[in-house]
Amino acid sequence: MSAQDKRDTTELVQSSLQRRYAREKRFRFFGLAAITASLTFLAVLLITITLRGLPAFKQTFIQLDITLDAKTLGTDENPDTDALRKANYNGTIKNSLLALFPDVKKRADKKRLYKLVSNGAQYDLQRKVMADPSLIGETFTIWLPVGDDTNGYIQGNIDTTLPEKKRRFKDNQVQWVETLKENNQIERRFNYTFFERGDSREPEMAGIKGSLFGSMLTLTVTLLLSFPVAVATAIYLEEFAPKNRWTDIIEVNINNLAAVPSIVFGLLGLAIFINFFNLPRSAPIVGGLVLSLMTLPTIIISARAALKSVPPSIRDAALGVGASKLQVVFHHVLPLAMPGILTGTIIGMAQALGETAPLLMIGMVAFIVDVPTSLTDPATVLPVQIYQWADLPEKGFVEKTSAAIMVLLAFLIMMNAVAVYLRRKFERKW
Amino acid sequence: MNEEVTPLPSLEQDQTSEQTIEEIVASLGETVGEPRVDDPKMSVSNVNVFYAEKQAIFGVDLDIANNEVISMIGPSGCGKSTLLRCLNRMNDTIPICKVTGELMLDGEDIYGKDTDPVLLRARVGMVFQKPNPFPKSIYENVAYGPRLHGLNRNKADLDDIVVNSLKKAGIYNEVKNRLDESGTSLSGGQQQRLCIARTIACSPEVILMDEPCSALDPIATAKIEELIDELRENYAIAIVTHSMQQAARVSQRTAYFHLGKLVEVGDTDTIFTNPSHELTENYITGRFG
Repeated sequence: MSAQDKRDTTELVQSSLQRRYAREKRFRFFGLAAITASLTFLAVLLITITLRGLPAFKQTFIQLDITLDAKTLGTDENPDTDALRKANYNGTIKNSLLALFPDVKKRADKKRLYKLVSNGAQYDLQRKVMADPSLIGETFTIWLPVGDDTNGYIQGNIDTTLPEKKRRFKDNQVQWVETLKENNQIERRFNYTFFERGDSREPEMAGIKGSLFGSMLTLTVTLLLSFPVAVATAIYLEEFAPKNRWTDIIEVNINNLAAVPSIVFGLLGLAIFINFFNLPRSAPIVGGLVLSLMTLPTIIISARAALKSVPPSIRDAALGVGASKLQVVFHHVLPLAMPGILTGTIIGMAQALGETAPLLMIGMVAFIVDVPTSLTDPATVLPVQIYQWADLPEKGFVEKTSAAIMVLLAFLIMMNAVAVYLRRKFERKW
Repeated sequence: MNEEVTPLPSLEQDQTSEQTIEEIVASLGETVGEPRVDDPKMSVSNVNVFYAEKQAIFGVDLDIANNEVISMIGPSGCGKSTLLRCLNRMNDTIPICKVTGELMLDGEDIYGKDTDPVLLRARVGMVFQKPNPFPKSIYENVAYGPRLHGLNRNKADLDDIVVNSLKKAGIYNEVKNRLDESGTSLSGGQQQRLCIARTIACSPEVILMDEPCSALDPIATAKIEELIDELRENYAIAIVTHSMQQAARVSQRTAYFHLGKLVEVGDTDTIFTNPSHELTENYITGRFG
């Protein structure tokens, strides 16, 4: 190589160097831009949801002096439980409202006045009285939830500058509420109802507990079924199965199953679990079974990848000191693969938590007021609840929807945190 | 420069010439030297190994004697590691691998129906090329084997086994204060000695070593070689190595393999000073390999 050639090479490399560095710079810039964009989207999403949802964690209460006389309740002096349950608490509440504003006489106005208090307030009162029947005949003060429109007005959701005809919350209602406010008879409190009740048609009485428990029960079934089955499948396929046409077919099918639209699993669940095995409709057990089918391939694939990534030298080492194949797997390979398996599991479970489509097919979309306590109780799950609330016209459900999304996200973060903790624990062991 | 080294049947040549490996192997002729010893610990007779259709070892006869180190040398791909892994049936884990012929341990066929590979591997231990301690504590690394086989009656027994094995592997003084630290935290040479301790802990009768020093620096290598020499007193040892100096230093007998054929076997001194086969001579004088 002559000196001339050498100089040429240097020049050539130098001229291309600039281009190479420029390319790298551009790539870095694009990367940064992508990260900024995704973080912005995430922030916007979280902030809007939080701003929308936060008011739902507070509820407006009204202070009323209730006089429980047997006559209005429609019971005798010492009623039994059944009579107490059926008693007319609504009338009592109405009476105490009228007592606050005695000059309301017209029937339409009375109706508006009654609307200040939630339709569900009677059940709060019922619970209180049933817990302590000696209250009958007494007069006492109680805080009861206000109606949806009143709650909206207090939160500033109602534009009072609009002409009266165009809004649901009328002038005299505004007046009453302002009077109550002045007398400190209206208060914003933490909305325990939201966490203690199931669904309701009244936004102020609707709670997340039903669907939260539904989700928990469903996911418990999913985890208990899919995790052991998937890990066992992965171990067998990866460590023990002969490599032949049959295992190839099985592998291809598992990979395909992971890509099957989830609603198909719903149809399958409907046809097999409900129609053939006669399992109850809308039940977490069926939901869990269907979601297990959906989650299985995800966990199997990630578990196989995790098992495959354990260095063969560890297997050799264990075999070399005379461990049997099963001992090699359970003493060495599986613990080393566990972090990867857990990551796959949490991805599968997060997918299952957010799934609605297959659950629609098996009836978990029903309007269910009671909080499920067993695997066969009718139930719904968080994403379905969000979908249902998002569909409802009442103003109050808008914020409830966002609040439910926040609960769903919190549940997801909690699940992830558990997985991260477990992963750390397995990693620290070594 | 290499012209006087007339037609060498090497792997490189095989790709260009019309000859198949089988033909080249046939042209190598009979094994030179005496593969048999009196009272062998392990005995290999007419062993062929196939990976699917491809034959990796051709009719090898070889004995491994008690209290002796035999080294197996040869260019890459000559089948020495494959043969070594047959000796404790590590090749069982490769589904396409098929072994024919007779491999005996104390006169028992190790591929026989009555032989359990797990038991065999307890009797024939193995040290691998890359140090591969378990990602567990040093103590657990050594205790794993004895515990598996139930060699200890109680905790004190196990402690004894662990300490003795570490002592025999010449690493005890370096780790005695940190037995509960991870085995992977040690240096490469220490890891390899830990692996040897782990193998010794199962009280094997034969120790197979597959290039045990190829990932180590010269000082660590020297320590391991010293250790191999000491271990010879109690075990039969077979070592595969790429370093001819190492073979010369640690072994009493040497076997030279080429393309899956045992070309020459004999006393290490003879092989290195006065090889009979042309290929052996070329290899140990560094002309190829």
